[in-house]
Amino acid sequence: MEKRVVFRSRWLPYALVAPQLLVTLVFFVWPAVQALYQSLLIQDAFGAKTQFVWFDNFKDLFSDSHYLASFQVTAVFSVLVAGIGLAAALMLAVFADRVIRGAKLYKTLLILPYAVASAVAAVLWVFLLNPTLGILTHVMRSLGYDWNYLLNPRQALALIVITAVWKQISYNFLFFLAGLQSIPKSLIEAAAIDGAGPARRFWTIAFPLLSPTTFFLLVVNIVYAFFDTFAIVDAATSGGPVQATSILVFKVYQDGVQALDLGGSAAQSVVLMAIVISLTVVQFRFVERRVQY
Amino acid sequence: MVERRPVGTLISHLILIAGVAIVALPLYVGFVGSTLSFDQVTTVPMQMTPGTHLLENYAAVLSHGSKLASGAPVGVMMWNSLVMALAIAIGKIAISMLSAFAIVYFRFPLRKTVFWMIFLTLMLPVEVRIFPTYKVVAELGLVDTYAGLTLPLIASATATFLFRQFFLTIPEELAEAARIDGAGPMRFFVDILLPLSRTSMAALFVIMFIYGWNQYLWPLLITTREDMYTVVIGIKRMVAGGDTLVEWQLVLATAMLALLPPAAVILVMQRWFVKGLVETEK
Repeated sequence: MEKRVVFRSRWLPYALVAPQLLVTLVFFVWPAVQALYQSLLIQDAFGAKTQFVWFDNFKDLFSDSHYLASFQVTAVFSVLVAGIGLAAALMLAVFADRVIRGAKLYKTLLILPYAVASAVAAVLWVFLLNPTLGILTHVMRSLGYDWNYLLNPRQALALIVITAVWKQISYNFLFFLAGLQSIPKSLIEAAAIDGAGPARRFWTIAFPLLSPTTFFLLVVNIVYAFFDTFAIVDAATSGGPVQATSILVFKVYQDGVQALDLGGSAAQSVVLMAIVISLTVVQFRFVERRVQY
Repeated sequence: MVERRPVGTLISHLILIAGVAIVALPLYVGFVGSTLSFDQVTTVPMQMTPGTHLLENYAAVLSHGSKLASGAPVGVMMWNSLVMALAIAIGKIAISMLSAFAIVYFRFPLRKTVFWMIFLTLMLPVEVRIFPTYKVVAELGLVDTYAGLTLPLIASATATFLFRQFFLTIPEELAEAARIDGAGPMRFFVDILLPLSRTSMAALFVIMFIYGWNQYLWPLLITTREDMYTVVIGIKRMVAGGDTLVEWQLVLATAMLALLPPAAVILVMQRWFVKGLVETEK
């Protein structure tokens, strides 16, 4: 769609896009080009000597067992975050769609986590699940379950999954609720007259009609788990114990900023960019021709 | 008519109450912890009703933070967070509106190129280009400045697309009438587009304010001086001091202070928040 009525000026449109373009060029395009270039170099930690090595950094990366392990951790983490997050939010949305009294109050309380910074959310959950002080740790101990995420890799992963799901629940809930409310009431009523109970109505009518929303949220949640969870990992576990929660975005930071392996870190950035770009393409294709029955 | 089942409604309420309780648990326990003394907060199990040290803890962190950690006052950090969140929210809205206006209401060479260049930013989150971006900012001498904190986060493809989408729905007749009446492009922008865009601006403001306030990785890299920390970074620095020495009642008071402004924005502007959330994802 294009406007028929337009204004004419030789310089004004350039002046209008200039601020955005300048910021984009200086802080997005230039650093991205640098990352691409860096990824082909080996540099010592003091920046004194650089050598052009073609794709050696990438070869090293994919033969590095730590990096492959980090890939695996990220995959498990994102599947858990997306799976649990979507299931929990869908369940809450379905029941919130049913009730009339108090619906607004439930909704208001469920969107609160969106306001909480990831790092703050991580600190709050760390307090609940702290090995010595945590209330929930105390409850689990009294039930005979030993919880110490500082020592146990699986429990550390569970901690960051819980925090990430909690943080993302508002978003998923609001989209599912909007999706449910846009389903025509006549369909549900017709099914009810034909004698379908609530569960049957949900699985045969509401759930299939929600599939565009579900697919959209699935992609958004995977992107979220891949790229927006740095703060949670850094504030809750710092990648430990023994790299058990070192997801890809955390590893880029660790290798680049803390270990000063610039070439390796840049190569990791390039791999991540490739992942973001493919996920964004998938996301846009879903938005354009949403999966329909 | 769908049948009415009182038992079903009861079960719905029970499940929702359970869900809300789980979601609210960390917030409630965090709040209780922030009202206790150091001895109370380190007692296992901690009490579940608010204590009497609320004012004392909040006053302490606002003026001098946690002395066992860095001792940086949280009041200053709150100010830094506010500046950052407002600069990002207002800056994003301003530059996105201007460029969307140019893309929709003008025909100029390179229009398509500009559009795609903006689209590109969508694909490059800070997380994947941190180190090179840090280098650029450092070379420009912007470390530990508000400009360094906000400028790299200010370009936004989503906001530009949102305004573009919205401008495209504005009837052609308005621009036509404005032109016949002899209004120039900027006059049209200020007198017609700006007032019409108020709801979109409010919706974006809520989303972007929260986005700016809750930033983590970028301020972590770009602030080295305590007086430039944002409150989210301040909390992280407080807990990083080692397990037994963490003054949890102060950390939790800081956490509550950190989540208060974005929570207030969401609650007060709930209608625009939902609108903004749904629209920025189109």
